[in-house]
Amino acid sequence: MKQQVTITVNGTTHTSEVEPRLLLVHYLRDVLDLTGTHVGCDTSQCGACTVQMNGDAVKSCTVLAVQADGAEITTIEGLAKDGELHPIQEGFWEMHGLQCGFCTPGMIMTSVNLLKNNPNPTEAEIRHGLEGNLCRCTGYQNIVKAIQYAADKMNAEPAAAGDD
Amino acid sequence: MAVSSPFGASIKRREDPRLITGAGHYTDDVRLPGMLSMAILRSPHAHARITNIDSSAAKAMPGVVAIYTGADLVDKVAPVPCAWQPKDSDVKVPEYRPLAVDTVRYVGDGVAAVVAEDMYTAQDAAAAIDVTYEALPAVVKQLDAMADGAPQLYDNVPNNIAFHFHLEGGEVDAAFKNADLTFKQRLINQRLIPNAMEPRGAVASYQRGSNELTLWCTTQNPHIVRLLMSLSTSIPESQIRVISQDIGGGFGCKIPMYAGEMIASVISKDLLRPIKWVEDRSENYVATTHGRDHVDDVEVAVMNDGRVVGLKVTAYANMGAYLSTAGPGVPTWLFTVTQSGAYDIPNVASDVYGILTNTMATDAYRGAGRPEATYLIERVMDLVAAKLKLDPTDVRRKNFIPSNAFPYSIASGAVAYDSGDYDKTLDRALEMVDYAALRKEQEEARANGRLFGVGFSTYIEVCGLAPSAAAGAMGFGGGLYENAVVRVHPTGKVTVLTGINPQGQGEGTTFAQLVSDEIGVAVEDVDVVWGDTDRIPMGWGTYGSRSTAVGGSALVFAARNVRDKMMKIGAHLLEVSPEEVVFERGDVHVNGAPDRVKTFGEIALAAYTAWNMPEGVTPGLEETYFFDPISNTFPFGAHICVVEIDKDSGKADVRRYVAVDDVGNVINPMIVDGQIHGGIAQGLAQAVLEYAAYDDNGQLLSGTMMDYAIPKASSFPDYELDRTVTPCPFNPMGLKGVGEAGTIASTPAIMNAIVDALSPYGVEHFDMPATPQRIWQFVHEQKGN
Repeated sequence: MKQQVTITVNGTTHTSEVEPRLLLVHYLRDVLDLTGTHVGCDTSQCGACTVQMNGDAVKSCTVLAVQADGAEITTIEGLAKDGELHPIQEGFWEMHGLQCGFCTPGMIMTSVNLLKNNPNPTEAEIRHGLEGNLCRCTGYQNIVKAIQYAADKMNAEPAAAGDD
Repeated sequence: MAVSSPFGASIKRREDPRLITGAGHYTDDVRLPGMLSMAILRSPHAHARITNIDSSAAKAMPGVVAIYTGADLVDKVAPVPCAWQPKDSDVKVPEYRPLAVDTVRYVGDGVAAVVAEDMYTAQDAAAAIDVTYEALPAVVKQLDAMADGAPQLYDNVPNNIAFHFHLEGGEVDAAFKNADLTFKQRLINQRLIPNAMEPRGAVASYQRGSNELTLWCTTQNPHIVRLLMSLSTSIPESQIRVISQDIGGGFGCKIPMYAGEMIASVISKDLLRPIKWVEDRSENYVATTHGRDHVDDVEVAVMNDGRVVGLKVTAYANMGAYLSTAGPGVPTWLFTVTQSGAYDIPNVASDVYGILTNTMATDAYRGAGRPEATYLIERVMDLVAAKLKLDPTDVRRKNFIPSNAFPYSIASGAVAYDSGDYDKTLDRALEMVDYAALRKEQEEARANGRLFGVGFSTYIEVCGLAPSAAAGAMGFGGGLYENAVVRVHPTGKVTVLTGINPQGQGEGTTFAQLVSDEIGVAVEDVDVVWGDTDRIPMGWGTYGSRSTAVGGSALVFAARNVRDKMMKIGAHLLEVSPEEVVFERGDVHVNGAPDRVKTFGEIALAAYTAWNMPEGVTPGLEETYFFDPISNTFPFGAHICVVEIDKDSGKADVRRYVAVDDVGNVINPMIVDGQIHGGIAQGLAQAVLEYAAYDDNGQLLSGTMMDYAIPKASSFPDYELDRTVTPCPFNPMGLKGVGEAGTIASTPAIMNAIVDALSPYGVEHFDMPATPQRIWQFVHEQKGN
């Protein structure tokens, strides 16, 4: 009883037959082989699987692939454009915002939305905005700085923010 | 091209470009042709006899390839090994099978393994296996488990006591007799779940013909996995390749050898298909090792001036349902050797009981034994201050080992601290918080009825786990040296092979900095390789903050041998003697004549073409070095935590956190700060958030990330850091190690602050975890009185 879905991921449209119960994260990882999106829990707490769906950050472990039929998805693999890092990716690199890197794709995809909704967040707003993403390595201090770095850069060069 | 030395520079990490673009390669990202998925059916009972397993319905499901029970594996794989068995501790290692045979002993114990064409099918089939259990009484707390009449886990472990360890130095009884004051305190270190963000997993691929097993797995120590896998299966070590590259955090829980990778390996050999097993988070919570879980009874002998003259510790460590790979080493050696902390305590006796219970096994968790010891001694210092009405900083200074007393042998003589200047870090931390002003602020807050506390932790820790002779004496089933290969290629690019195995600590960058510092090659031309036993000589992995102090030292010595060879070849090409040349950032030139030079690239190429080598010098430019240090390193520091407790919510808010650490010389300050940040957060979380709670039947109540309180971005504020530098004399770079310092230091710092905040109620101690609920309850009980 597979169902056909057509999903555009990082600008490429894919049509696949999937089980109705297939999670979007497994569709991305196992059907499309986009392994940058990670699975860190089974209760939608950790946020490692966060991707953009139609411009919103979603936890792809909480979305069925069939629910994403017709949607536009951006994963961590699709964030850099023409080999140029997104300012948030750059911020994470510059400010040592990652250690093991496992939560990082989800952190970055959440941060894209955070800055889209609030281009000038305070430190408290950033910390609150990361409520749905867990990191065990960094203590979050440098993740906050990475996002501040990106906000500063995106505000200085508005063109760089035009990812969607 | 010669470049300036990068030692001490905050260079951006070389690991990051792949990790921030989704190009990391973790174990679950491995895909092989013909690969099958494996799911493990786990026991829902903490203690039960298996009376029947009916897998007929599961076997009949489309896509199911095979199902194995414990009985099916008895002849294929040995019990899960325990590789750290402290000598003279009468340790009894119970037989723990990768899949249970007859009896399950904790919720999460493996009962059957299902192999199917995909993961969803494997999980469906596991759920369709019908297991009949006869429930047995369970025991989950260590003090209950050792009491008469408690349920027994194993016939050959009477009273569930797996070992008793004793370490003593000085004249303890006399010290207690002659002391001005003695007192007792029970201190509890609750059980914790490590929560590396990447769950554990393995991909095993056994090749017919070559008879080789390739095993990708989430391990901090691939060579140990290879060794133990070989001993546990009939596969020779020479035919096992263990690969462990990007690892999503470890924190100790990826040290042990686990059932999952053993089962996947032998099933792959059986079916001749690659097998992938990746635990989900619920499985991780019940079946990946936990940490801490101590009940420590401490007795203290003290003089009226605050000098601690005697310490007696009786520790009850909950080992869980079996003895994990390094489990017994944690509450014994790693706990006892730092028990007297930064203080000159001449008389110390420690007794440790390792007790089996119907819970997941405990093993190393960031700090491993040292957080328990540091919590103990730092609480003791504050208890002394409270009882004698002294300032906690004065008590600490009174007891500090003076800076001229190093190397300093602890009372038992078991270890000698390398170097230290404990007053200096405390001075700096007090300056940063403006201690006098802080106490004044506290006075005003208290006058207004606010609960405001200041807490200290002037910790030490033992790092750079080594040397091998000490490892042997401690009953550690391996060596603790480390190796490095520096391979200069004909083009002048460099590959470094290292036996350490980082999980985010940044050695891909810092090790390149070390090589650049030694032989002048640019950092970006150095590729650091770890995590492949077929490429890398025997090494022991990353834990105990040993990677840089031990592995980095091996690397420096290997690089220096490369440099010596380059000088010989360079001198020969310049037609002078080796004594007449100097090595300067990669180039070899005639002393006093910098124009007469052979560049790094020219010498590298000459070493490989070997057209014109000096006499007695072999072709090639590659050196291997095995380094076994003569001692451990002992980082230290002073952390100060300022908290304010909200009486209405019970929440202890961290107002400020100041950390002054001394980890010796620093290769990359940005990375060291990052280690401290993450470490502090983990230690604070133990104090106020985290608790792995089992109910009396052995059900894990905090069994998901919804129920177990991992810190979030909003949990704690920014930390204010500084450093002093007291080099370690036992390694060439004078560095000590930093991976665990923050965690070790911060738990007692905040707990001392919380007790200080609550001290107007007349308390001298408050147990962890100091959650809002427990503090609120306490405060409101006081009001009721």
